[in-house]
Amino acid sequence: MADDDEIILSELPDDELVLQMHDDLYDGLKDEIEEGTRILLDRGWTPYDVLTQALVAGMKIVGDDFRDGILFVPEVLLSANAMKTGMTILKPLLAETGAPRMGKMVIGTVKGDIHDIGKNLVAMMMEGAGFEVLDLGINNSVEKYLDALAAEQPDILGMSALLTTTMPYMKVVIDTLKEKGMREDYIVLVGGAPLNEEFGKAIGADAYCRDAAVAVETAKQLVARRHNQLNA
Amino acid sequence: MPPAVPDDDVLTSRGMGSGVAGSGTGRILLIACGALAREILDLKRANGWDHLDLQCLPANLHLWPDRITEAVEVAVKAHREEYSQIFVVYADCGTGGLLAARCAELGVEMVAGPHCYSFFEGNEAFAARSEEEFTAFYLTDFLVRQFDAFVWKPMGLDRHPELRDMIFGNYEKLVYQAQTDDPALDAKAQDCAARLGLAYERRFTGYGDLAGALARLG
Repeated sequence: MADDDEIILSELPDDELVLQMHDDLYDGLKDEIEEGTRILLDRGWTPYDVLTQALVAGMKIVGDDFRDGILFVPEVLLSANAMKTGMTILKPLLAETGAPRMGKMVIGTVKGDIHDIGKNLVAMMMEGAGFEVLDLGINNSVEKYLDALAAEQPDILGMSALLTTTMPYMKVVIDTLKEKGMREDYIVLVGGAPLNEEFGKAIGADAYCRDAAVAVETAKQLVARRHNQLNA
Repeated sequence: MPPAVPDDDVLTSRGMGSGVAGSGTGRILLIACGALAREILDLKRANGWDHLDLQCLPANLHLWPDRITEAVEVAVKAHREEYSQIFVVYADCGTGGLLAARCAELGVEMVAGPHCYSFFEGNEAFAARSEEEFTAFYLTDFLVRQFDAFVWKPMGLDRHPELRDMIFGNYEKLVYQAQTDDPALDAKAQDCAARLGLAYERRFTGYGDLAGALARLG
C-alpha cells in the first residue's frame, strides 16, 4: 500500500504533474521522469509540449541554479540523466509528429581534450530546444570538424575545451575555415570552463557561451538573425 | 626554527597567512596556492631562502577557477606596500589567461605554465608528452593526500558512485606525479586509481620548474 505522503504521479492534474516533473528533474529522479513523460503522452499531450514544458523548462531551473552556484556538477549530471530518459521516449515521437526544427548543429570537444560533460549538456539542451545535433564526441581534429561540416551542412559549429592548453585549438579550426573561405557559412559558438568572452572574440568565434542555457539562447538568436539576413 | 606546515585540510579550505611561514622578515612575498605550501617551504628550508615569505590562498579555489584571479589580486594589493617584490606561485590554473593578464596589470610575475602538473614535470617535458598523454588524470603529492576533498566529494562520487564512468570514462590512466619518495602516498595513489577505475603510473617529478622559478627570485 502506498505511503500517505507518497505522490502518485498519475493522480496529479496536468499542471501539478508538470511542476512535479520539474522537481523530479531537479532531484535527478530518472524513473519518475520516465513515468511522468508517459503519463502526459497518454493524456494526449504532444511530444513537443512534453519536451518543452516538462523537461526543458525543468532543466532550465537546473541550469540557472548551476550558474548561481546552488547546484554543482554531480547534481546537474543526475538531472541530465533523468532528462535523457524522457528524451529517449520523446525523440522518435518528435520525428514522427514533425516538431518545429530550429536548425542544425555540429558539436565536439577539440583535439587533445577528452572532457565532455559540458559539451554533452549543451548537445542535450540544444536538442531539447529543437535543434538537430550531430555530436562528434571528444578529441576532434580540424579535419574531423571540416568533414562533418561538409557532410551535414549545419547552421552552427560548436566547440568545447576544458583545458587552457587545448582551447587555442579552436582558433586553429576557425582560421582554417577562414582560409577556405567557409567561415561565414557557419555560426561558431565556443564554450568551456577556462574560456571567456574576450577569448571568444579574440579567436573570431561568433559567441562564447557560458553554459548550456546561454548556448541555446545564443543559438536561437543567431540562427534567427542569419535567417533574417538571408531573407532580406 | 622552520615554520610549521599547516594541516592539509587548513591549506585546502583556509590557506595560510604570511605570518605563519616566513615571520614577515623577507623582502619578497610569495602568494601561492595552498596545494604548494609544503613544497615551497621545503625548498625554502633546503636552500636557506630566508628572503622569501610565503602566504597561501585556499587550495580549494581550484574548484572554482574563476575565483582565483580576484583572490590573487586582493592578496597582492593587501601586501604590496610591505614587500619590495611579490611573486605569484600559480600557473594559469584554468583561468584562461585572466590570471596572467591581471598579474601583468598589477606588475607582478607568476610561474610559467598551464598548471602545477606541467611545471612539476617541467613545462617543456609536459608539453612534449601531452599529445600522447591527454587521457591521463594527474595527481600530485598534495592531491593524493586530499583526493577526497578535491576529487571524490566535489564530483559527487561519495553520494553517487554511478557517476564515475560518466565523469572519468574518457580517462585511461592516473599518473601520480610524485614530488617526494613516500611509499604510503604511492599506495594511496594506487588506491585512488582503483577507485576511479583507471590504470596506474607513478612518475617521480620532484619540484620540477618550481625550484628554478623560486631560485631566480632576488
